[in-house]
Amino acid sequence: MQGELYEVFLRSRNGLHHKHAGSLHAADAETALQNARDVYTRRGEGVSIWVVPSKFITANDPNNNDSLFEPADDKVYRHPTFYDIPKEVKNM
Amino acid sequence: MDTALLEEQFEARIAADDRIEPRDFMPEAYRKTLIRQISQHAHSEIVGMLPEGNWITRAPSLRRKVALLAKVQDEAGHGLYLYSACETLGIDRSELLDQLHSGKAKYSSIFNYPTLTWADMGAVGWLVDGAAIMNQVPLCRCSYGPYARAMVRVCKEESFHQRQGFELLLTLSRGTEAQKAMAQDAINRWWWPALMMFGPTDENSPNTARSMRWKIKRFTNDELRQKMVDVCAEQVKALGMTLPDPDIKWNEERGHYDFGAINWDEFYNVIKGNGPCNKERLDARNKAHDEGAWVREAAAAYAAKQAAREAQSAEAA
Repeated sequence: MQGELYEVFLRSRNGLHHKHAGSLHAADAETALQNARDVYTRRGEGVSIWVVPSKFITANDPNNNDSLFEPADDKVYRHPTFYDIPKEVKNM
Repeated sequence: MDTALLEEQFEARIAADDRIEPRDFMPEAYRKTLIRQISQHAHSEIVGMLPEGNWITRAPSLRRKVALLAKVQDEAGHGLYLYSACETLGIDRSELLDQLHSGKAKYSSIFNYPTLTWADMGAVGWLVDGAAIMNQVPLCRCSYGPYARAMVRVCKEESFHQRQGFELLLTLSRGTEAQKAMAQDAINRWWWPALMMFGPTDENSPNTARSMRWKIKRFTNDELRQKMVDVCAEQVKALGMTLPDPDIKWNEERGHYDFGAINWDEFYNVIKGNGPCNKERLDARNKAHDEGAWVREAAAAYAAKQAAREAQSAEAA
């Protein structure tokens, strides 16, 4: 009996994204939140905590990364440096 | 894709200093090595709470007591970070705990020594946490992502542990003759076991070469042990104390301190289960786990009740 696995995300201060901090076991979401407070924010690491049951996270298979991310590989025109701008025009 | 090709790609990623993440392909031996190392590390954090817990109620001041409480609480946290990292390798935490409680799994042999006096809290912080930091800092660059990230958190917190221990010894070293003697005695008892924490010598550590190639380890046991000796030989001077080794001497040629022979018979004997506190530690851990069963059951019962209530009110609405 060890409860469900939860993933813990912390916002270190307002204005920043929540970031994955680790995981823990808990019987329910409320307990998970309290445990996350005790385990992951003992030194002011967070102003906001999200806990999410790990089973609800859908992830891609890294073995298929080549084909999954391939569409981004050949589109250099999505980057600003693809475009020629005269030197006189500074900072664009 | 066939395994040979995957293994080749894996080795190439390691060679390129890429990090391996949970869902990536990894050779079974890499997975097994990590499960063993990370779980032993986690168990060590948990069992490591026991020798210090021994002194919480007898701390000589409130300042020392809150520091010790916070430190022991940190060790519990470190155990959890590490169990979490280990679980990403596909093993269940309850299985890891079973291995600890049945005595099948190992933990650091240092925690099988008793904490006899208050000065031991200082020596443990300075030497035991000092050795742990020496080991853990390079692990922050370990090739397995979740382990490396857990180590970053642990190292951030561990620094306070070592400093509070050193400060504690420093206070005693400036105290009465009896306090000085107590501090020196603690250093004498913890020095050699602390050096043993780095594990067997390189020639007796068959897995080191492979772990180094896989970038799980970045330094060999003997390299880290030498670092520890070099650092402590200097730090002990600030305490006005000595290390219990007449052979400690600066070697100009090597640029390191030489030191005496380690009693490896003692090391292997403690690992085999014959240390002064092996049985006591395992019994205490089992007792805590068994006596905590009702808490886990109550939490599960409460969660089930809440879930049933929610389902009922959803139906009613």
